[in-house]
Amino acid sequence: MKALSQQRRHPLAAVALLLLGLLLTGGLYAAATSVNEAQASNVPDAYSASDVEEGERLFVANCATCHGINAVGSDAGPSLVGAGAAAVDFQVGTGRMPMQMSGPQAQEKPAQFNDEQTMQLAAYVASLGAGPSVPEDEYLDASEGDISRGGELFRINCAMCHNAAAAGGALTEGKFAPALAGVESKHIYEAMVTGPQNMPEFNDSNIPADDKRDIIAFLKNNESQGVPGGFALGSLGPVSEGLLIWTLGLVLLIGSMVWLTSRSS
Amino acid sequence: MSTQSLEPKYTEAQYSEVDQYQPATRTGRISNYVDQRVGGTGLVREFGRKVFPDHWTFMFGEVALYSFLITVVSGAFLTFWFDPSMASTQYDGSYAPMQGVEMSMAYATALELSFDVRGGLFMRQLHHWGALMFVMAMAVHMLRVFFTGAFRKPRELNWVVGCALLVAGLGAGFTGYSLPDEVLSGNGLRIIDGMLKAIPMVGTYISFFLFGGEFPGDEVIPRLYSLHIFVIPAVILILIAVHLFMVVVHKHTQYPGPGRTERNVVGYPIGPVYAAKAGGFLFVVFGVLALLAGLFQINALWNYGPYDPSPVQAGTQPDWYIGWFDGVLRLMPGYIGDIPLEFVLPTPWGGNSVALPVLIPMIPITVLLLGLFVWPFLEAWITGDKKEHHVLDRPRNAPGRTAFGMAMMVWYFVMWGAASSDLMATHFSLSLNDVIIWLRVLFFLGPILAFIITKRICLALQRKDREIVLHGNEAGVIEMLPHGEFREKHNRVNDYELFTLVAYESPEVTPARPNAKGKVSLLEKSRAGLNRVFFEDRVAPVSREEYLEALSHDHHESSAALPAAASAQLESSKH
Ligand code: HEC
Ligand code: HEC
Ligand code: HEM
Repeated sequence: MKALSQQRRHPLAAVALLLLGLLLTGGLYAAATSVNEAQASNVPDAYSASDVEEGERLFVANCATCHGINAVGSDAGPSLVGAGAAAVDFQVGTGRMPMQMSGPQAQEKPAQFNDEQTMQLAAYVASLGAGPSVPEDEYLDASEGDISRGGELFRINCAMCHNAAAAGGALTEGKFAPALAGVESKHIYEAMVTGPQNMPEFNDSNIPADDKRDIIAFLKNNESQGVPGGFALGSLGPVSEGLLIWTLGLVLLIGSMVWLTSRSS
Repeated sequence: MSTQSLEPKYTEAQYSEVDQYQPATRTGRISNYVDQRVGGTGLVREFGRKVFPDHWTFMFGEVALYSFLITVVSGAFLTFWFDPSMASTQYDGSYAPMQGVEMSMAYATALELSFDVRGGLFMRQLHHWGALMFVMAMAVHMLRVFFTGAFRKPRELNWVVGCALLVAGLGAGFTGYSLPDEVLSGNGLRIIDGMLKAIPMVGTYISFFLFGGEFPGDEVIPRLYSLHIFVIPAVILILIAVHLFMVVVHKHTQYPGPGRTERNVVGYPIGPVYAAKAGGFLFVVFGVLALLAGLFQINALWNYGPYDPSPVQAGTQPDWYIGWFDGVLRLMPGYIGDIPLEFVLPTPWGGNSVALPVLIPMIPITVLLLGLFVWPFLEAWITGDKKEHHVLDRPRNAPGRTAFGMAMMVWYFVMWGAASSDLMATHFSLSLNDVIIWLRVLFFLGPILAFIITKRICLALQRKDREIVLHGNEAGVIEMLPHGEFREKHNRVNDYELFTLVAYESPEVTPARPNAKGKVSLLEKSRAGLNRVFFEDRVAPVSREEYLEALSHDHHESSAALPAAASAQLESSKH
């Protein structure tokens, strides 16, 4: 991965030199236009120059208020240079971005952009600097993964925040790790590589791509295997069990007690 | 040795009559055969004719008994497969996400029970739901006994036995919860280990002793297993026997009501009606538990993974009855301002660390548990009441006790609730830090508020009772008097209700008394102080004079305005 990005940086260096020349010779206006053109050439093969252009248009309209023109950041949002396509695909694809409400952490909501627009936004952000890219399909194929290894990795790396049954959990000051049921494989992978908000980043030296696939397989298996013991009560463990015995359990008991003793009094 | 000469109870003729008795039917012959050898008649005569008052709040003790029995039976089923060994193995059962994972035999066999033993998962769930219900039933039973004053003389010792049962129940639950050796139960043990090690000087030794070495070692599960399936259930059984024996000796208490006195018990004899109902109730409890076990998953241990001291998991909580231990630990700050509460005590051998954040939370727990045991004696000391009580208090008629009980309940609730602070935060979109801060405030203020509010509510209810006795219930009918005045009709309560409403004691404050030397000791002063807190606000029951006075008042009004119902009732109550 590192080697890859260095390779990618070589053409960028050349472009920068070229740019410098242009800046020196040309006027400011000319310089500004050539920035875009020049960076477009740095985009991963998957994205075309028109994707990037369209993405920039969307970005300026929807994101720049917080992330600043050219995504260099502002008081209201961090710089996205180097955030990578994966971050955008995750944040926009899960509906977290554009952020609507400031709060402890960006809230999930129905995604505002369709797949194509999301891809265009990702293309634009990717064009600004190298970062994690949207994962290849081969790493998302749950049927290829080893679920028991995935389970072990999940319990070691993720369960402290997300709960062993991936039911979610609280962090400090109103932040929380969400429940993971129903999250698309792609987004699980991207969450790991980009570490959204308070989640740590799990790069490939921490958890190699194959292991990420195992984790995805484990999570997907959790969803498809159903609940062995009946209703899962939110998979929250002893608290919801205690709540059930003190509500339903107690009500059933009292009901039958009142019934049994009703005739005499 | 002294020889006693006993007066023969029966004559020789009576004995031979019994010997020669020939039952007419086959069943009769069989039962006679058994009876002559076992002597069941005497037992039935002694226990079967005990009278039990019928009130639904008296049945929680039975729920505890039955859920314990169900837990024992389902637990016995589990022992056939469960292997409490910490030896390592590779799981090869049918639960795919665990295949090939290294784990202890204990965890592997608990998984086997869940996935590869027919009915095993149901039995595990039945056992666990049974355990939750057992402790809940004991707790509710205790609350009933507390708030109705059923622990007063002569039942103080049985209350103590009950408290011991509760503690044994907590022990049974905790040791069971720790058996399957997954991350959740291991975390529970880890906390116990931490608590032990926090005890200055000797803590580490105790921990090493219990775990057979450094935590977790490979001894603890087998040891807990002996405790869980043998020692603790045996203790519980013995305590239950003592408890029930004492219930029979003391006879049951009853709620106040007409015809119910300190000298009798109104209800059904155990046999046959009560026994049939009670037997039926066993099946009702079993039904409720089977319903829960069949429909609701409990302790999904396949999610947690084999125990390993490194990972912690979100949503790690103990079962509900251990929750308050966890809760106080969560409430306790590690720092006050910038001052750490943990420090090293210099000693000649290099220093011992004193973990106050772990030790201080043990204080409220000890206070509450010890307080539970000594309450009957404490209350008798405060009130100076040395009489026997077989008729229960309605909670409102003992405002001091009821308010104190509520205060302690709120205290317990705060600690208990703190154990789910993380879930309150996620499920009500709150900040975890705020939840903890609020609970800390409630920890101190909650009991005081609860005391004041409950006492006010009790006094208000007592006043309402007086009102009903003196003026009757509002009938919901507005009448117009001949001179145009409107007013609501009141129906007088019947004599039965009347009895219940006026027949209670309302002691007055007993001030501090000097002792034999004529001095008022400090102890006596504090007793008098507590006594004042208990009794200074009181609403006396309606006296006979007040009642007659109200009746005559009634008579004037009703003869003027309400000819029908009210005066007819008045007539009948006069005779
Ligand atoms: C209301 C302000 C706001 C808007 C509008 C907004 N963002 Fe954000 N965005 C934020 C903030 C604040 C964060 C940082 C969140 C955090 O770390 O808690 C963020 C984080 C991100 C990240 C993650 C950065 C990283 O390093 O992983 C990406 C990607 C992103 N935004 C993309 C977008 C895109 C694309 C849009 C437009 C569709 C957008 N945002 C609109 C405020 C905004
Ligand atoms: C330190 C706690 C922490 C750890 C450890 C952690 N996460 Fe997260 N995770 C979070 C938080 C916080 C969020 C929510 C971020 C947000 O809302 O933007 C999150 C979000 C996610 C999401 C997105 C969920 C959604 O609803 O869109 C996925 C998927 C995810 N995490 C997977 C994982 C996996 C897999 C691991 C282990 C490799 C892991 N996380 C480890 C805290 C954590
Ligand atoms: C006093 C009442 C008892 C209580 C409160 C109690 C409680 C518990 C609890 C909470 C568990 C954990 C269950 C789980 O992991 O799902 C457990 C496990 C177990 N209990 Fe009990 N128990 C009691 C009595 C007994 C008795 C009398 C026996 C045996 C004769 C028994 C045998 C077992 C066994 C073998 C396990 C481990 C099996 C498993 O985890 O699935 N229990 N017990």
